[in-house]
Amino acid sequence: MEARGALGDEAPQRGESRSGTRRLPVWLLGLIPLALIAIAVGTFAGLGAPGLGERPGPPAEELVVERTVLRPGEIQLTVRNDGPDAVQVAQVAVNDAYTDFSAGSGEVSRLAAEKFTIPYDWVEGEAYEIFLLTSTGGTVEHGIDVAVETPQNDLGFFGLMALLGLYVGVIPVTIGMLWLPFVRRIPKAGLRFLMALTVGLLAFLALDATLEGLEVVREESGAPQAFGGTALVFVGAGLAYLALAAVESHLEARQERARAGGASGAHLALLVAVGIGLHNLGEGLAIGSAYAVGALALGAFLVIGFAIHNTTEGLAIVAPTAGTRLSLRRLVTFGLIAGAPAIVGAWIGAAAFNPSVAALLIGAGAGAIVRVIQQLTPSIRDGLGRALHPASVGGIVSGMAILYVTGLLLSA
Amino acid sequence: MLAGAVPLVGGGFLAHRALPHTHGAQAAAAAPPAHGAAEADPGHQRVGTGQHGHGFQQGRTVDHAANGFNPTDILRDFDYGKTRRLASGRVLREWEIVAEDKEIEVAPGVKFPAWTFNGRVPGPTIRCREGELLRVKFVNGSAHPHTMHFHGFHPDVMDGVPGVGEEIGGGLVQQGKSFTYEFGADPFGMHLYHCHTPPLADHIHKGLYGAFIIDPKKGRPEADEMVMVLNGFDTNFDAGNEVYAVNTVGFHYQNEPIRVKRDQLVRIYLANLLEFDQINSMHTHANFFQYYPTGTSLEPNELTDTIVLGQGQRGIMELRFPFPGQYMFHAHKTEFADLGWLGFFEVED
Repeated sequence: MEARGALGDEAPQRGESRSGTRRLPVWLLGLIPLALIAIAVGTFAGLGAPGLGERPGPPAEELVVERTVLRPGEIQLTVRNDGPDAVQVAQVAVNDAYTDFSAGSGEVSRLAAEKFTIPYDWVEGEAYEIFLLTSTGGTVEHGIDVAVETPQNDLGFFGLMALLGLYVGVIPVTIGMLWLPFVRRIPKAGLRFLMALTVGLLAFLALDATLEGLEVVREESGAPQAFGGTALVFVGAGLAYLALAAVESHLEARQERARAGGASGAHLALLVAVGIGLHNLGEGLAIGSAYAVGALALGAFLVIGFAIHNTTEGLAIVAPTAGTRLSLRRLVTFGLIAGAPAIVGAWIGAAAFNPSVAALLIGAGAGAIVRVIQQLTPSIRDGLGRALHPASVGGIVSGMAILYVTGLLLSA
Repeated sequence: MLAGAVPLVGGGFLAHRALPHTHGAQAAAAAPPAHGAAEADPGHQRVGTGQHGHGFQQGRTVDHAANGFNPTDILRDFDYGKTRRLASGRVLREWEIVAEDKEIEVAPGVKFPAWTFNGRVPGPTIRCREGELLRVKFVNGSAHPHTMHFHGFHPDVMDGVPGVGEEIGGGLVQQGKSFTYEFGADPFGMHLYHCHTPPLADHIHKGLYGAFIIDPKKGRPEADEMVMVLNGFDTNFDAGNEVYAVNTVGFHYQNEPIRVKRDQLVRIYLANLLEFDQINSMHTHANFFQYYPTGTSLEPNELTDTIVLGQGQRGIMELRFPFPGQYMFHAHKTEFADLGWLGFFEVED
């Protein structure tokens, strides 16, 4: 009724407007409001915002140290302007002592970044407190908790990060996929339990990724806020969710394989692999950036912890394929899709860590997983169509518990 | 430029005569602008900097012209006021001092919204002789009420504190108002003056202070005299100083070492006006000085190279430099030294 009424109201209007705008092409009608707003903005700015005057008070100076690089006898800071006004850095002090430094002009304009190079005889393992003194006398403080030389971005370093990504990503995921023969033999109820377990694993990963992403970009972590801050995690999640949904519908349309019970096994496995891959990208980022600032020892324990933790991800990929025949090549591809992003993440994290980009990527991991969980849900329904029956709840809780317990290995 | 170069060339000559083999070459090398092309003025020779040296970013200095004062000039700038003899035979000495809000550069590129006496920090070094009658006309041109509180003997209405003497226009001197402080020059010594408006910490650290020297009737032995007011600036207003200095500009006497003559008696009128972390100190390198606490005695009480001063504490140092060269002096609170309170004497023959 509503819709019809609206249409009815519209009809005479269209009739009226036709006579006035008969000769104007449609594209021009679309452009008129844009042109008007451009003229209005231009006039407003050209007249110096009449009636509003200047913003009261001194300039707001908000600088954030985005990246710290330590080289022998030298500290480099990449400083980003996170506030509304340009900031002029006049002097630099390390541990309450003024020091020489070099920078472009010292002026950091809005959203821009500037590199400050400070000759300083730092000592490995010690902590440093740096303050930048601006032209107005304001200070921006930055702490280096443990001074350790930043790895050079040479081939050996990239090799090391690749090895690390292999250890924590590709190998454990692939090993986990060896549960496939087991998955194929177990009865239907058992499979439902395993699918629920997968949902539990993924739910835990999504939650974990969200918290990790929020931690990386929150103001207290020293991340710039001008690019969106914690909102970036949710933007990333939303984009990944929508992108994945779009890709699915595209595939389904092409294959003309709409099913009442959800997507096919291979299709679901691919989705899980993509979701887990995005998650492992975030994991690699965290590992690489922690290693680069010396906050992570590449001990055997860390690798073992991650390996056990991530093996369960392999199970999550193969569980949906129980009733489907898949070539070995396809399985290996799924393994790489899920595991290899850890390598890429470690590279990015160690060589060019940027909290805003990291938050977006980690959020994307979480969003992708949410979409995957949604797609998996039909496969855990029992004969009565219930998703949350005792067996599935047991599976979900078990999945979360497995990751919680194996996660404890990592914090040690 | 020439004025700066001439004594240096002369110094080279003298050094050559006195110590031809050791110091002659060094002094002669110093005659042209020795420390590189960055120093257009041979009088400005930055010392002790370089990689891992002390100091601000290299090659940058404060714009003294924009500040309206140069710490090098403040050192030996004594304001004797205007005098006339009263009918009684007593000397009357008069000054006019104006409080003024002014932005000053306390470190290269770092501006501080100061409150000043006569447009400079520290304020003018007021100097007189024991027993004279002093009149200081204080004009408050600032946007805030201020006072001038002198250390010395005087009646309460001349004390420059809020609530006392307001019946005769003293106490707190409001914006645009003035008041004339009148008191005798007594006792002789090294004293100081500062604003006493609450909150005191704000009114002091913003720059309202200066040295107040009363010479003894018989005077002191001939010397190269200078004033050093130890101060600091809380540029970000967090009740802690970002810049420490002697006579306001951090590391100034490193950029422009204080020139003194070898073996000549040097007398330093020293006062600590540091706010927030108020225990300050003074240490001379490769030398010892006779110290006269508050300058109220003609006999020194210690031969030392380090003294500690609370806020408002002051005294007179006397020393001679037996060797030519560059001699550091700084707060022996190393944090202050690292943050600007460090300088050099350049001793010439």
